[in-house]
This record gives sequence, structure tokens and C-alpha cells, in this order.
Amino acid sequence: MAKITYIEFAGAEHAIEVKPGLTVMEGAVKNNVPGIDADCGGACACATCHVYVDAAWADKVGKPSAMEESMLDFAEAVEPNSRLSCQIKVTDALDGLIVRMPENQH
Amino acid sequence: MEPTAGRIVIVGAGHAGGTAAALLRQHGWTGPITLVGEEPIAPYQRPPLSKAWLKGEADAASLALRPDTFYAEADIDMRLSERAVAIERGEDGGTVVLESGGRLPFDRLILALGSRARRVALPGLELANVLELRTAADADKLKAVLRPGKRLAVIGGGYIGLEAAASATALGCSATVIELQPRLLARVAHEILSDFILDYHQARGVEFRLGSGVAALEGEEGRVSAVRLSDGSLIDCDAALVGVGAVPNQELAEAAGLTCDNGIVVDLCARTSDPAIYAIGDCTRRPLPHYEQMWRLESVPNALEQAKQATADLCGTKPPSPEVPWFWSDQFDLKLQIAGLPLGATQVVVRGHPPTARFAIFHLDASARVLAVEAINAPPEFMAGRQLIASRKPVALDRLVDSTISMKEVAV
Repeated sequence: MAKITYIEFAGAEHAIEVKPGLTVMEGAVKNNVPGIDADCGGACACATCHVYVDAAWADKVGKPSAMEESMLDFAEAVEPNSRLSCQIKVTDALDGLIVRMPENQH
Repeated sequence: MEPTAGRIVIVGAGHAGGTAAALLRQHGWTGPITLVGEEPIAPYQRPPLSKAWLKGEADAASLALRPDTFYAEADIDMRLSERAVAIERGEDGGTVVLESGGRLPFDRLILALGSRARRVALPGLELANVLELRTAADADKLKAVLRPGKRLAVIGGGYIGLEAAASATALGCSATVIELQPRLLARVAHEILSDFILDYHQARGVEFRLGSGVAALEGEEGRVSAVRLSDGSLIDCDAALVGVGAVPNQELAEAAGLTCDNGIVVDLCARTSDPAIYAIGDCTRRPLPHYEQMWRLESVPNALEQAKQATADLCGTKPPSPEVPWFWSDQFDLKLQIAGLPLGATQVVVRGHPPTARFAIFHLDASARVLAVEAINAPPEFMAGRQLIASRKPVALDRLVDSTISMKEVAV
């Protein structure tokens, strides 16, 4: 299991043990963590699972694909560390990962 | 009823009902929540049933909206394999009556009844392997038939049928799609998209009979063996999938005297004509703020939006901002993303070239405001299109069709 800490926009923290193989999005949704909508269920079709990856984890998480990047381009309040959490596969190497949620998912 | 402490019953444990139950707890509802579902399994995602799940790329756990343990942990009383047969309405609340004889008193009720596959009167519908695709059980049956070399006949050239045909082909089966209209997706897509989808599927081995009515399903030893078309020709098959649209499950609401009009009529807080009763998802007819019309939407984003509207209203939290309706479909390696509805569209422009399998069809009104976009492998066009639909700002057509100008620049 990999511990992932999801931090809501208003500051509430949720430390969740997520099974490797799931995505960071699934780890949140399946544990009822508020702030990640994931309307399309992980098809990279909607940009409603937007998160900010903690700076210390940027390298381990890696870069978005071209498809993800073009979706992110139009999400609200995008930052250089923005990712779609449905496109981040959880591995043992991500044990300890911290992601923050934006104010809105659109 | 104390705010956030009353008894809530949710009838329908699909994507809408399951999400509403979870959101109520997220928003701090402390009262009892009962979630009633006819299917034997906890809420799950239906879209993968015709796509990843059918192809064996997703398992039951990944379909589930939440793990099975979630409901007990969140103190949600889940009643599966239970059917609601009546709503008795009181002054401020009422009782849901179950087929099993149980009675569930409520202060507030959420109807998330979904829709069901439209049935057509055809001789031979009772034959084995004549299937529809709505539930996980339906998908199980279809998956069991789709062994390499098997032949699937799909009646209806809509999204479900096309997705199933693409998945069947990927599994090594042959598929023939039979459509009454002269083109695919006739009710829901522009003909440029219809033509593109036809070519794309044909190039990958799917066969089509457009403009063809179905006369009957023929069987051998109780199992479907062919679809007989109106012109007498036979399409041999090992299974026939009927996908000719959906009808809203509104009968329970109708019998209780709630206003219905091809869907349970609700407002933007998902309230029905009874202030104690909400309705969400496929079973509703709802206002579309961007189009000033009432409409029935059959999509996951709509189910989620209405679950948010109802639960925000119940819990007194901030209502969600209105969303542009949208929808997606995966067929072979195509990603289709569709936003908006072309209601009142007077012109259509295409950005990109269909032969490259990366293009978008924009539907605009006479003032050059975008009303809808159908994007094929074109996420920027989809995302920017959604924003343009919401903003109702006119666009310069010459810039919109110029692929050398980025959608970001077109949208400003």
C-alpha cells in the first residue's frame, strides 16, 4: 500500500492507504474524499480530477501525456504542478505522495 | 425536521443514487440514509460495460463506485435486490413501499430511478442470446457470448450499439450493425460525424445495414441464429444486441402524482413538484440554463450534476454552478467528446480534417455563438467549446476553422 495525503482546498487533510495499480483519482473517490469529482471515471475526458502535485514529488510522479496536457490547458486555475489524478498510477514509489485540490473542478 | 438530521430514502442505487448517498455524508448529513436498489450489487459505473469492461480491461472492483465496505462505514443502509412499488406522500415527507412488504418512512426522498432500454415489438425477442446492455448482468451475458469467431448482430446504430460493435471486433468477433435510419447516430450527431464513424468502423471490419428495418429474430433450438431484415435478407448471428434508445423510469413518480413529462419534471435544485421529493439522473426532465429549455439527458455527468444539486439543497451548502451538458464515447482508439446541444443551431463549421481522425464539428447560432461541439480525438476543441458554450460569446468563424490558431486564442 502507498500512503497518499489528499488536501482539500479549505485545508482538510485525508491520509489514505491506496493499493498500487489504482490511480490517485480512484484512491480519493473510492474513499469518499471530497474535492475530486472524476465525472468520466478515469477516461481522461473531463478534467474534473485536477490536483496539484506537491513539489517534492514532481519528479517521481512524472509529466502528463500530450492528451492530458491538452485537457489540463483548459482546466481552471492550472499551475505548473497540475495533473489529472486519473492519469497518475499509484506505485510503491509514490508512498507518501501529497496532492492538493483546487477550489473547483470543471 | 432538523436541518441535516431527517430520514432520507434514495430509491435507485445507480450512478446518481450512489453518488447522492456519498455526497450527503460529505456535506454533513447526520440523519439516517437508506439506499434502495433493484440490482443485487452496490452502485457501479455503467459506461465501461460497453467498453473497457466488455473487453476484459476492467474488473468488478474497478467498476464499483465505492468499495462495498464504504456503505456500512458511512452508515448508509443499503437495501439491494429490493424494488420500490409505491410512494405514499404525506404533508411533509411520506413512505416508500417495497415489493417485499417493507415500508421506509422518509422526511426527504430522492428518486434516482434511471432509464431502461427501449423495447421494440419483434417476433423472436424471447430467444436466448437476444440481449440488451444496461446493467452489469446484461454485460455478463454479452461478454459470455463474445468469444473469438462469434458473430454479433447489433440492432440500432446508436452509441451503445457502436461501442459494443467496436469492443466485439477487438475481441475477435464479427459485428453487423443494423440501423433503420439512413445514417448512424441519426438522432444525436451531425451527419459529418455519422459518416466518419461509419468509415472508421468499416475500415476495422464492422459491417453495416443502414436504412434497414428488422422484421424478426430467427432462432434454432431456442437460441437466436439470425436477424431477418424487412427486405427478407438474413444476418446470421450468435447473439443479437438490441440498442434502440432508452425510456425514463418515471412510473413510480407518476403513480404518486408527481409532475412527469417524458421524465420526472425537476428544477435546478432537482426538486420535483413535491417539495419533500427530489429526482436525479436519467429519470428526470430538467431545465438547461444555457438553452432555456427543459430536456432529458442520459449521461453520467448529468447524474452527478443533479446529485450535487439535490444534496446541496438538502444540506444547505453552496449549489453547484450550472454545467454545459456533455458526454463521451470510446470506440476503437477514438475518443469522442461532445458538449452542448445544437438547439437552435443555424450553422456548422468543421475544424480539422475528418480523414486525419482529429477534428471537431461546431454548431453555432446566427450570432456565431457556439451551441454544441462534437470533438473527435480533439480535447482542446472540446474543452474550449464547453467554455464558449457557457460564455455565450460570439466567435470569429475564420479563426475557429483555422487549425493554426490555437483554441486558447480562439476562445478569448
